[in-house]
Amino acid sequence: MYVLMISLAVLTVGPFVYLLLGSLVKGNLLTLFRTGEWLDPARYTLQNYLGPDGVWATFSRMRLFENTVLICAVGVTLELFVSALAAYPLARMAFPGRGLVFALMLSTMMLPAQATMIVNFNTIRFLGLYDTYAAVILPSAASVFGIFLMRQAFITVPKELDEAARIDGAGDFTIWWRIMLPLTRPALGTLAIFSFVGYWNSFIWPLVVLKHENKYPLAVGLQFMAEVFDKTFGKIAAGSILSVIPIIAVFLLLQKQFIRGITAGAVK
Amino acid sequence: MRLGGKPTPDSTARQRTLTAYLFLAPALVALALFTFYPIAYGIYLAFTDYDMLRHTPQGVLVPPRFVGLDNFAKLYRDPYFWTALTNSALYLLVVPVLQVLAMAVAVLVNQRIAGVRLFRTTYYIPVVTSVVVVGIAWNWVYQSDGPLNALLVDVLGLPRVGWLTDGRVALFSVMLVTVWQGLGYFMMLYLAGLQGIPPEYEEAARLDGAGPWLVFRHVTVPLLRPTLALCSVISCISAFKVFTEIYVMTRGGPEHATLTLGYLIFDTAFKDYAMGYAAALSLVMGIFVGVISYVNLRYFREGGLTYYA
Repeated sequence: MYVLMISLAVLTVGPFVYLLLGSLVKGNLLTLFRTGEWLDPARYTLQNYLGPDGVWATFSRMRLFENTVLICAVGVTLELFVSALAAYPLARMAFPGRGLVFALMLSTMMLPAQATMIVNFNTIRFLGLYDTYAAVILPSAASVFGIFLMRQAFITVPKELDEAARIDGAGDFTIWWRIMLPLTRPALGTLAIFSFVGYWNSFIWPLVVLKHENKYPLAVGLQFMAEVFDKTFGKIAAGSILSVIPIIAVFLLLQKQFIRGITAGAVK
Repeated sequence: MRLGGKPTPDSTARQRTLTAYLFLAPALVALALFTFYPIAYGIYLAFTDYDMLRHTPQGVLVPPRFVGLDNFAKLYRDPYFWTALTNSALYLLVVPVLQVLAMAVAVLVNQRIAGVRLFRTTYYIPVVTSVVVVGIAWNWVYQSDGPLNALLVDVLGLPRVGWLTDGRVALFSVMLVTVWQGLGYFMMLYLAGLQGIPPEYEEAARLDGAGPWLVFRHVTVPLLRPTLALCSVISCISAFKVFTEIYVMTRGGPEHATLTLGYLIFDTAFKDYAMGYAAALSLVMGIFVGVISYVNLRYFREGGLTYYA
């Protein structure tokens, strides 16, 4: 059993280890493997990361981390807000058109993203948002996955709580803000992580709506770097490692919420 | 939000509806603008000639011109379309491979043994990594003088393979990357499915003298059918519309050997700016995706045990 699991783990992390070693070593990694020199600590250096033309300098010049963090922060907040708002009436109220709203939302889950990209590109240009972060964020503001996840969480909140608050004179917005949101923090956390990973790794859409390299988020900037101006393995590998460290760290820290999200999406 | 005076039942009902829609408004506006409108308008664009690089002498973009079925006639005669369709259909081969492997790995990590959590976590790491980094890593692994060929030539004494440069192999090389990256995701879904099965079922079978394989084949797998259906639909849709892996690793090459529908649409729309034609290609892809999902759900619903679905 362990033999199987360990070999699978080696296959899984192998490419990452190859990137990591390649980013740290001076010279060709495979040649060093053959000669056994890869065991020599003197062969290792942080030059590719911290050198004058290392990736840290390139990333700073392109503002890749700043751009990505900004997109993630605004994008995640907006997605949480919009999803949690929409989930409230779907969990707690009976109103005409509810079934239709549900059906409309469900229908979008089947659609491939490419189907909407062309027209959305048009819309973004028409709204004068081409080459702005609003263009990157707005199309994914309403996430149907997020709405359903939050609705599921709201349903588990005991109804007596909002009824009590209503008797005390609270309106729906107050109930949502003061009772629902604080009691569904785990679900909000789950949604936040999913949304964060999505924005952090987003590639095609920012590539399409952003023109200037200094606005690119990480994934787009890294691809641009690998393709256009830095083709040495050491540098690209260092850039890749640098860009995955935060996301893997977030995943390792918040695994529990993450896994809950995957399975919540599945059981429906 | 309260009206002054005594609310009549009718006015409270109207008020409740209004409140409900106020809460829904941001989501509905965003969905309408960026999901429903693009679908409707995209269908219309598929029947037009719309070149985003064509401007009038005054510098105004020439609007879409209705051309009936011209785009579809063009598509029918376009050899690249047929190549792309074939490759996208071939790409569906990742689905059975992924599902069988993921189910096996899920069973493997569903045991109560030391360190099993660590393995689950490890297998999931590729899922949270961006396709760009995955593509960069595998590009180097696949290089003609890369580690994979070194293993092949130096250790096993086989001839080297042009993983991404040989047209007969390239598509399969990219498919392997999709399997590698997707395995952890589907493993997690199957794991959730496995843990949702009441243990009594398997115990009962075991008491009747069934061995582990028989229990798995005749008790576990049928009970996993809802999960299998869901995974198979998700996997088919994403395989058929594969784009990013292709973009990062091969750009549809060599000689269009890895040209898929998703890549062809992107190229047509955002390199040639032939939006009408790209919309027609998207519509065709959308129809295929719909048919594939329908067939999947039909197939899995028949005779499936759906006790908790």
